[in-house]
Amino acid sequence: MSTATDIPPQLIARRSGSGATGDKVFGFLARAAGLGVLLILGGVIVSLTLGAMPAIKAFGLDFFATEAWNPVTEKFGGLAPIFGTLVTSAIAMIVAVPVSFGIAIFLTELCPGWLKRPLGIAIELLAGIPSIIYGIWGLFSFAPFLQIYVQPFLIDTIGNVPIIGALFQGPPYGIGILTAGLILSIMILPFITSVMRDVFETVPAMLRESAYGVGATTWEVVWKVVLPFCSTGVVGGVMLGLGRALGETMAVTFVIGNAHHISASILAPGTTISATIANEFTEAIGDLYTASLIELGLFLFVITFVVLAIARLMLVRLEKKAGG
Amino acid sequence: MMNNVRYHTRKVRNVVALSLSLFATLTGLFILTIILATLFINGFDAIKPSIFTEMTPPPGEAGGLLNAIYGSIMLTLVGIVTGTPLGIMAGTYLAEYGRSERIAQIVRFINDILLSAPSIAVGIFIYEIMVAPMGHFSAWAGGMALAVIVVPVVVRTTEDMLNLVPNTLRESASALGTPKWRVISSVCYRAARNGMITGVLLALARISGETAPLLFTALNNQFFSTNMNAPMANLPVVIYQMALSPYDDWQELAWGGALIITIGILALNIVARYLASLGGERR
Repeated sequence: MSTATDIPPQLIARRSGSGATGDKVFGFLARAAGLGVLLILGGVIVSLTLGAMPAIKAFGLDFFATEAWNPVTEKFGGLAPIFGTLVTSAIAMIVAVPVSFGIAIFLTELCPGWLKRPLGIAIELLAGIPSIIYGIWGLFSFAPFLQIYVQPFLIDTIGNVPIIGALFQGPPYGIGILTAGLILSIMILPFITSVMRDVFETVPAMLRESAYGVGATTWEVVWKVVLPFCSTGVVGGVMLGLGRALGETMAVTFVIGNAHHISASILAPGTTISATIANEFTEAIGDLYTASLIELGLFLFVITFVVLAIARLMLVRLEKKAGG
Repeated sequence: MMNNVRYHTRKVRNVVALSLSLFATLTGLFILTIILATLFINGFDAIKPSIFTEMTPPPGEAGGLLNAIYGSIMLTLVGIVTGTPLGIMAGTYLAEYGRSERIAQIVRFINDILLSAPSIAVGIFIYEIMVAPMGHFSAWAGGMALAVIVVPVVVRTTEDMLNLVPNTLRESASALGTPKWRVISSVCYRAARNGMITGVLLALARISGETAPLLFTALNNQFFSTNMNAPMANLPVVIYQMALSPYDDWQELAWGGALIITIGILALNIVARYLASLGGERR
């Protein structure tokens, strides 16, 4: 019978030796990679801030309050793209949130078991389609459709209503703020839906069943039991969608019309931060022009960062509640 | 009587709400179908053998997408090869080393944000640190921009998959005297392999359609180029430029390119899903 003591001592030493060095190297690499993630974030913020410096120095806070965007006189203000980003994202949220809510209800409460998986896969495939595909579809297919069928109707009906009518006036271009907002809503739909579905499923079955047990209808269960239980998660999902919408570039660039101009009508062409950068960055001549574009990028990065951070905090809070 | 009315309104409200929910689902599916149908109808017309054998044409002429397809493959390759090891190591750190560390929580949080951060900002970042100092656009810069997008995706899936590996497995390996790094590399990685490959495939799917970060890093090139130090054509940017051009031939090529990308991404998604389901059955 051989025992542990029979193992030659030099072998033990070699083994534990290589283990210790290996552990050190591997642990160091893992830690360094973890810090690398933080470094990426730091790098983005620092490099964008440095790149934007000339514009920050030249325009100060006026940058966020002026609409002028004139490469010839080197006067730059980010108001039009910022306005466009906010309005298109708002339109996207108004359309996408109720629809995703409906789909999530269908998936968790109504859908027969055999249909759940295929539908879930369809949603995830929709999320996987790159934004440039939405862009090209929006430009060649969706915008003409809106131009011929939807926008004339809107102009003739809501366009004549006092006050809100101003939103729907002007010629039907097809492309413009509204079209971009609608394309964005289609793009963020799968993201919000899948988060909402996951969040709804964190509700303990017992809660749901007790509500059904006292005779609540499906809608009452969703509205009065499921939703209050996971409201933070739902808000988190919505914010996640908002973060995507704010930063989305290609789909918007195709259909927004790229006009540095704020108009009251959402049918008019406009621009967003990301569309402006995508269109003009490689053609920007002069430091100030490039720096102004980078400042826009920095602003975009910071607001999406804040929105996404809130989204994550909300989702983490729900996780803790459901877990504990 | 009173109760009856109440019961009735509740029922009606329920039916209305659920119908709206069904309607929302059908709308979503309808839009997905329309988008895919439009893409396939327009794309199939453009897919001829010449698309894979000829270069991108000068304005208004017929041609192919060979140089763009080659460029896209090279750029995604650089992105995946650079981003994957970093992502796997960072995911390993989160799952195996930093479970109780505060700094790991911060890394996890930041990573989740980077997952949906605007990719155009990544483009500017790489422009600032690579393109501007080097003085020219290059395929390397494009690949690096894609790598930055790969990292958070791989970190997320690696951590999730390692967390699914039962602790008893780690403990039994450790009890045999296996050093920690061997436990991780020969036991945990092996147990989580399918899931981790899924993550890499999903990252690949994600970057093969990314356009914004390539616009001012890899730029574009009308000719076939294997020089990684020079601008390189790639499918997304070519699609972008051709779709917005007024020439019919170019627009047709854009549709063809869009179809190629979409089919590639759908195929990657399906393979990834299949691999993930294999892992699930074994567990």
